Amino acid sequence: MMINDIRERLQQQISQLIIALDGIVKTTGMPIITDKSGNPLWVDVREITLRYQIPVKKIQKFFEGLKEGKVLATKCPKCNTIYFPPQDDCPKCKMSNLEWVEMPNEGELVAYTIINVKPPSFSHYSDYIIGIAKMANGVNITAWVNSKEVKIGMKVRLKVIRREPEGYITYELEPI
Amino acid sequence: MRNVAIVGTGHTKFGVRTDVNLQELAWEAIRQALEEANLEQKDIQYFVVGNVGSWSAEELPAVVIGEYSDLVPKGTMRVEAACATGSAALRDAYLAIKSGEVDIALAVGVEQMHQSPNPQVVELIGRAGDYFWEFENFGLTFPGYYALYASAYMAKYGAKEEDLGKIAIKNHYYGARNPYAQFQKEITMEEYLKSKPVAYPLKLLDSSPITDGAAAVVLASEEVAKELTDSPVWIVSQGVASGTANLSKRSDFTHIDAAEIAAKEAYKRAKIEFENAWKYFDVAEVHDCFTIAEIMAYEDLGFAKRGEGYLLAREKQTYIGGKVPVNVDGGLKSKGHPIGATGISMAVSITRQLLDRAPKGTQADIKNGMGLTHNVGGTGHYAYVTIFSTRRPSS
Repeated sequence: MMINDIRERLQQQISQLIIALDGIVKTTGMPIITDKSGNPLWVDVREITLRYQIPVKKIQKFFEGLKEGKVLATKCPKCNTIYFPPQDDCPKCKMSNLEWVEMPNEGELVAYTIINVKPPSFSHYSDYIIGIAKMANGVNITAWVNSKEVKIGMKVRLKVIRREPEGYITYELEPI
Repeated sequence: MRNVAIVGTGHTKFGVRTDVNLQELAWEAIRQALEEANLEQKDIQYFVVGNVGSWSAEELPAVVIGEYSDLVPKGTMRVEAACATGSAALRDAYLAIKSGEVDIALAVGVEQMHQSPNPQVVELIGRAGDYFWEFENFGLTFPGYYALYASAYMAKYGAKEEDLGKIAIKNHYYGARNPYAQFQKEITMEEYLKSKPVAYPLKLLDSSPITDGAAAVVLASEEVAKELTDSPVWIVSQGVASGTANLSKRSDFTHIDAAEIAAKEAYKRAKIEFENAWKYFDVAEVHDCFTIAEIMAYEDLGFAKRGEGYLLAREKQTYIGGKVPVNVDGGLKSKGHPIGATGISMAVSITRQLLDRAPKGTQADIKNGMGLTHNVGGTGHYAYVTIFSTRRPSS
């Protein structure tokens, strides 16, 4: 299924609801429906669609790294703290413009879950495993675990992949 | 600094409350609290509204509630601390009195999650961690955050699915006896084990529901409290702490660091020994948004040693008559978890417990006159531990 099909399906559901609501307004003169408990509910006639724009300028290198197949972290040259997710400010040393270093590709799973009840915006994926792995440099990373079997303490590899059907580049963990 | 007491409490029925809107729901609790305190709106010098919102329509909840409840023109604000929002509202009112700024204040927590359809609520709560690195890319859900803790805890300490189930069974047992609870029905281990998976290892019956509800408390300074009532319940101390937004920045997934820090801070002020903490309290309300959270709470509060929290439940030590009765109002699991109201609801439950006013079958034996609330926001993103007593604090 392509991302546009999903979008269309969701939009169809929304427009069906709006058509039904329009019908109710026409017959009764009010956008009021009755819920399961028999209580009348006014259904908002103003819709809000939000899609945020998040500035990523300070960590642009991270996205460039992904394109080259690398998962990058930042490192403070003064206190040597490694930041993942990357951030360009070290609040401990009050320094900016940190160094960019590659995350090691091997680690160990410290926590995981399988998401069965998904948010609607993730409903086009089958149930997915999310894990937190402690990487060889001692820094944790959260990502999907691409595996049939999953266990705490399992050795995992960090890998850059293309997430379908959207087709954007991200990273995942897989068993070694 | 002055002593502060609770002089009035209000609590609505929790559950699907599509019979009222947000401000009507808040007013139900406010009215009850004012009546209990025998006060009028003009006596309230300041009011705080705890509401997380985003699923409900009103952008400025404190303002519409102030108008509906005739509290205008008293000073107000809306506070947010995720699932600990109610405790944050309580804290603001408590500090306003403690500092001498006002003598009487009202704190109300209210949430109406059913203004949005359930899938949208799942979507919105999933964003309640680090939005970009946890939700946008990996679709963590709220049960998912706690499930990460559950898998790590179970692997380290050998706790079983059934041990989580014991928590759910206990909380449903008491919820069945609480007329304010969303689910007034007991459950069996069989039903628990068969319930639908939500986020492995957590199931539907490990989870608190999506809920509407409100709770309110009227707080007063020592001088005023003594004029108003013969039975004030004092706030002895409160500990507050925070945790990282991104769970991957934490070193341990077997306990909630912020909760332990908040508990130790509250205990230090109340001169309570962490190791023997359970001996001081007749009853406790802990944050059981998911069963694993209650098990970790036992340990973070010093009621059980590390890795032994689940044994406390297995041995039924947190039922009435055990070492320390916990969540005998049904907890969030069965009472319901209207996020912004939860912290105040806990304070109302403890106050009524300490005054021997709990519903039949849920009243703990009050010997020391002391109780505690443990309210965790997010997955330990915020933590508030508050100690209540029928005895006036010495400070």
